[in-house]
Amino acid sequence: MEASREGILMNVNLKVKRFDPSDASKNTWWQEYQIDIHQDSTVLDALIHIREYEDTSLALRCACRASICGSCGMKVNGSAKLVCKTRVIEIAPDSEQIIVEPMGNHPVIKDLVVSLDTFFNQIKRVKPYLQPDHIPQTGEYIASNESMENLLTAMNCIMCGCCVSDCTVLEVDDNFIGPAALAKAWRFVDDPRDSQRIDRLKELNDEDGGFWDCTRCMQCVEVCPKGVAPMERIMELREMALDNGLNNTYGAKHASAVSNHIEHSGRIDEFRLPLESKGIFNIKEIIKLMLPGLRFAFKKRAPSPLHFKNPNQKFVKQLFKKVEK
Amino acid sequence: MKYAFFPGCVSRGACPELFVSTVEVCSVLGIELDYESMKGASCTGSGILQEKNQKLGDTLNARNFALAEKSGNPLLTICSTCQGVMSQANKRMKENPEYLKEINQSLAEEGLEYSGNSEPKHLLWAIIEDIGIDKLKSLVKHPLKGLKFAPFYGCYIVRPSTALDFSGHPERETSLETIIEAVGAEVTDFTGKNLCCGFPILMINESNSVNMVAKHTDEAKNNGADAMVTPCPLCHLNLDGYQPQASKAAGHTIGLPILHLPQMLGLSLGIDPKTLKLNRHIISSEKILSLLFVRP
Repeated sequence: MEASREGILMNVNLKVKRFDPSDASKNTWWQEYQIDIHQDSTVLDALIHIREYEDTSLALRCACRASICGSCGMKVNGSAKLVCKTRVIEIAPDSEQIIVEPMGNHPVIKDLVVSLDTFFNQIKRVKPYLQPDHIPQTGEYIASNESMENLLTAMNCIMCGCCVSDCTVLEVDDNFIGPAALAKAWRFVDDPRDSQRIDRLKELNDEDGGFWDCTRCMQCVEVCPKGVAPMERIMELREMALDNGLNNTYGAKHASAVSNHIEHSGRIDEFRLPLESKGIFNIKEIIKLMLPGLRFAFKKRAPSPLHFKNPNQKFVKQLFKKVEK
Repeated sequence: MKYAFFPGCVSRGACPELFVSTVEVCSVLGIELDYESMKGASCTGSGILQEKNQKLGDTLNARNFALAEKSGNPLLTICSTCQGVMSQANKRMKENPEYLKEINQSLAEEGLEYSGNSEPKHLLWAIIEDIGIDKLKSLVKHPLKGLKFAPFYGCYIVRPSTALDFSGHPERETSLETIIEAVGAEVTDFTGKNLCCGFPILMINESNSVNMVAKHTDEAKNNGADAMVTPCPLCHLNLDGYQPQASKAAGHTIGLPILHLPQMLGLSLGIDPKTLKLNRHIISSEKILSLLFVRP
């Protein structure tokens, strides 16, 4: 750390969320630190400086300092980041306050250190290993370059937990399998050597907390430090499920209804969409839709059953025919 | 300033008050809406069609961009989801000329071609970038003094930031706060402002969706907000339409009025709340109107 004391120094103003499990109150508190460090420092350098020179009680986890090991995920100014990859001068050029918290959706052990048990339990749920139907008698199991290149995005995952930290579904439902596990699942569903591809797909399609529970909010795409873009992998899983005839979920029915409406009228038919998403003979669910429907009708906002059709619909329809996969 | 106006499905469906208030506000701001040129436009696919076939979704968006280009005016939307889906499709086509060429082959039969140069813009951005905050301020007749608005963006107008050109337009990141302040109101900050409202999974997992509504509206209210304002009609459908269920899930009445962006603008521009159709909301706006000393 001495190196950071040389060269051009800048003032860094950090506000860190603290938690001490040995404190009987179990309360969290905020602590502010003002330090001068080299202007090229990362947020991790700043935190290590604090631990070494200002406050030895501050707990944090880190290892490689080169965004490879995935140990130093934390929330910086509200979103998850690898702090070793986050330069102070880029986020606080004029020494603005930097707010550092432990990652979300992971239990906090102490200060900025979280438990990754939940994270790895999610990963284990998708059986994150290859299940080939045979092992070649001689030599390696050869897969084409193209098929492996295709998997590179998901294989770049370093299991830092940033996507899980900021997942908006996990904030309200800890049964959701989460973006990291689904990206990992996609990696095996799309691996030509795996013999369980359809079964894996079926399981994640059918189960509570599977890939249809993702809201497509893109938080995971935005915060992933390695370009895994988990939500895009989730979209591919959904597409594969639909291609393989897995049409039994509300999510599949919803996607098909939207596609049909655009094909036939150019627009989403808001009167029919909820009914078709639930299934028109699903009496229990249709009754549940009636209360919000009546509320909208009372406010003169209920969509009309007489759906307006795009005047140039024949061209839209043609595109549906032309643009084959 | 004239725009090819793309209102989206919802403002002509379950949120008619958004369409009406947009038309009123634009006429005061000197924005001319060319609706005619975009009459044959289709839905953007809303991100859902893209789950089935991304290229088809991109082709439909290219067709809409081509219609706007034909009119000679930039494309204006009033829906965060439309904005995001269009921006993402646009990025894919701009980055890959071969892909755009293939898509244009499909459009040829209708005599349309997309150049790849369209920049679809939400009204939220257009006010700041094209109309100007100073002009907006000069037109404010009834500053919303004393009212606290919590901004709620909607995912698609904040992520992915690369598709939305946040590096070229850093002001977009805080555009809603800028407008809240420009109309004389106060911003109530809260962590949920750029998170998911839950609408995309309303038909898939209602309990999660409703819990998201409860989380955001409760947080905004606890932070002191009198109302929430959103540029996304889909968020409005959930945050307003499903707030009664959210209150039930939270175990207490939340009662936070949710306004569409043009409705908040309209109040400050002196447009009658009735004309802005504030009475169409599930959660009553009566309280904020009485704070402003006007009645619906």
